[in-house]
Amino acid sequence: MRPHLFSSPQLVTACLTAACIVFGLPTAIPGPARAEDPPHVKIENFVFTPATLTVKAGTTVTFENDDDIPHLVVATDNSFRSKALDTGDTYAFTFTKPGDFPYYCGIHPHMQGKITVTQ
Amino acid sequence: MTSHHDDKCCDGINRRHALECMIWAGTGVLWTISHGAPVSLSMLGEAKAADARSSGFTFLQISDSHIGFDKAANPHAIDTLKEAIAKVHALPVKPAFMIHTGDITHLSRADQFDTADQIIGGAGFDVHYVPGEHDVIDDGNGRAYLDRYGKRTKGAGWFSFDQNGVHFVGLVNVVNLRAAGLGNLGSDQLAWLADDLKGVSSSTPVVVFAHIPLWTIYPEWGWGTDDAAQALAMLKRFGSVTVLNGHIHQIMQKVEGNVTFHTALSTAFPQPAPGTASAPGPMTVPPGQLRGLLGITDVAVTKGKAELAIIDSTLAT
Repeated sequence: MRPHLFSSPQLVTACLTAACIVFGLPTAIPGPARAEDPPHVKIENFVFTPATLTVKAGTTVTFENDDDIPHLVVATDNSFRSKALDTGDTYAFTFTKPGDFPYYCGIHPHMQGKITVTQ
Repeated sequence: MTSHHDDKCCDGINRRHALECMIWAGTGVLWTISHGAPVSLSMLGEAKAADARSSGFTFLQISDSHIGFDKAANPHAIDTLKEAIAKVHALPVKPAFMIHTGDITHLSRADQFDTADQIIGGAGFDVHYVPGEHDVIDDGNGRAYLDRYGKRTKGAGWFSFDQNGVHFVGLVNVVNLRAAGLGNLGSDQLAWLADDLKGVSSSTPVVVFAHIPLWTIYPEWGWGTDDAAQALAMLKRFGSVTVLNGHIHQIMQKVEGNVTFHTALSTAFPQPAPGTASAPGPMTVPPGQLRGLLGITDVAVTKGKAELAIIDSTLAT
């Protein structure tokens, strides 16, 4: 039996997305983020996507390299640094302290992103 | 910036005129010292052998061999490096030595360095290396490179040497890169360079080589070096300066005063021209076109002048 329209996950997602827009939360992400998705930054075409990501303290963010070229994820304040990520490799870091954590690619430093950690 | 990527070598040029067409094999560039200025020379053509013999001194540049790369743009980077070395062996004039302008490996792994050493070192030439950013991404942030190639170098691997009256300087601009920055030489290396050049007379031809271009080609893709201007200022007093780089996997050239800037092709895979793709990653072309893009590039040289003019063509033509 098909789920009832008003309990569908798609509708919940749509409402959350609408709430983000209404309350000015970051929406610069490709497609709607589903609440159940673990925080994830994709590296593709020499770009970190999403470029900015807001998570709560204690959240583990996973970076995944989808390029044919290796990349490194390096915090501007050196608080974290991945190994060289070959195609398909991932790097996970748990953000414990609130604040803004800009980062860049250690070998392509024009590639930049930011993780904002809230309480 | 000057580049002529779609030009054909020698079309409309009388070979007997002052402009002399010289052929580059895209997988390597043979240089000769002529009238105090390095000029490139045919790797393939017998016609230029006489020039090399008269100068008595040639050297060869290869770049961006990316051993370990096996993706769609070229699943056989080992084979294309072997082909490049085979061309070196086939040269009518044996180069005095080779330079490799970095990205020897794709991931700085020991087995990748081993494979590169077997192929490049197996050619029987002295090889002077500078690292690319792909050569310093081991867990030791460049330790693996230095352990292997850094024995007679300073700092992150910079060095100089003299050969037949030419002063050669190998620089490293791929370490300690800063967020939003380009390639980086750093104050230690710049201080060393100033000291190194002190004892070199202004009439001595200077060849500087490094991985990332020492002039700003396309900052949006990181194709330049932040503090290169400081190095170039030190080189201003020299009558002939040639700057050889890799990194961008395509030939570009600029002449500025007495300085000729030049980038070499890769032996592994092509990259897009600046701004012609969303990103500078490996460019996949139909299989039949790959060696064409790694292929022959022609250089027209006005003898007696420090300036090189580049006319590119492909191996497929």
